[in-house]
Amino acid sequence: MKMRFFELAVGVFVLLGIGALFYLAVQVSNVTDYHDRDTYTVTGYFDNIGGLKARAPVTVSGVRIGRVADIRYDPDRFRAEVVLAIRSEHDYLPLDTQAAIHTAGLLGEQYIALEPGGDYDTLRDGDELMFTQSALVLENLIGRFLTNMGSD
Amino acid sequence: MIDAIASLGRSSLNALEVFGRAFVFLLRVLASLDVVLRRFGLTVVQIHSVGVRSLLIIVVSGLFVGMVLGYQGYITLVNFGAAEALGGVVALSLVRELGPVVTALLFAGRAGSALTAELGLMKTTEQLSAMEMMAVNPYRRIFAPRFVAGFVSMPLLAAIFSAVGVMGGYLVGVGLLGVDSGAYFSQMQAVTDWNEDVLSGVIKSIVFGFVVTWIAVFQGFNAQPTSEGISRATTQTVVISSLAVLGLDFILTGLMFGTG
Repeated sequence: MKMRFFELAVGVFVLLGIGALFYLAVQVSNVTDYHDRDTYTVTGYFDNIGGLKARAPVTVSGVRIGRVADIRYDPDRFRAEVVLAIRSEHDYLPLDTQAAIHTAGLLGEQYIALEPGGDYDTLRDGDELMFTQSALVLENLIGRFLTNMGSD
Repeated sequence: MIDAIASLGRSSLNALEVFGRAFVFLLRVLASLDVVLRRFGLTVVQIHSVGVRSLLIIVVSGLFVGMVLGYQGYITLVNFGAAEALGGVVALSLVRELGPVVTALLFAGRAGSALTAELGLMKTTEQLSAMEMMAVNPYRRIFAPRFVAGFVSMPLLAAIFSAVGVMGGYLVGVGLLGVDSGAYFSQMQAVTDWNEDVLSGVIKSIVFGFVVTWIAVFQGFNAQPTSEGISRATTQTVVISSLAVLGLDFILTGLMFGTG
């Protein structure tokens, strides 16, 4: 009888612990969001990626449709090569979609915003983005502003 | 002068000896782990006394730590107009650091000290020798089940602590201070990664569980068989495990997040 009580109590305890882990997985870390099951990859070449990091969100009109899978430097083109993993259900992006690196808020993390073009063909796995727009680098902006001031 | 050097040498040798005995003890416990599968009932009773009966203190402290995090995080974040980021702050600090560390400290105080006192008293009243007389191996009958119980309970307790803490932060942040409920959870999900944050926390708590139980069980085994010896061993358990947990946490954090 006593043993049965111990077993019940420990069973409830283990269930609680696993339940807590499950809660952390689903509610806190949203595990499904990061392990996008079916994705296709598209590559974009940027002059300057600023502070973009791997796993940063990829959005269209602010809706998240994928993430940055990898960032490399391409020594042939002298540009940064950014690989985007986009969920397969979003297969409607036109071939001339433009990618820009934006910042969430003034100090927030950087993400990639896609802007659909007008082409009839759509992006497929392994395609390259035709138009990219670099991240804003504050130093360059200030530098340009100062040289403009000087010429006046 | 010579005496001073000799006493320094003696105390270092003693320290080394204790360390070696603790390691041999650990090996012997690990070698008799098969008893856990053969007589599972022994372990269940220990998980009850080590894990289930620590639940109350873990849940209550988790709730309050989460609520305090909610308050303090809000007070700081609202200055930057970023009160919406509260969920992320609460979840990250709980899952990465406070969950495993505070749980381990509480666990050392609540369960580790009890383990040491119990085993020390067993040794003092010569129950361990009596068992050996009856050809019952105390490593299998006494030490291994307690060791496994602590090792299993700790990660579960830490997960419960973090989950309850997140709810505590929700209570204060959303209920009291008026942070948007959707923003609280969406921010949390945006910054917390399953592999990088939650699993690292779980690994930490597994390591802490191992170390704290090892120290507690060994201190009980190694206690001097007097009432004073038991009291010293119990104190040592709490002090050494707390220091070990904090030191290890620094090393583990460096390994896990240092390069990121």
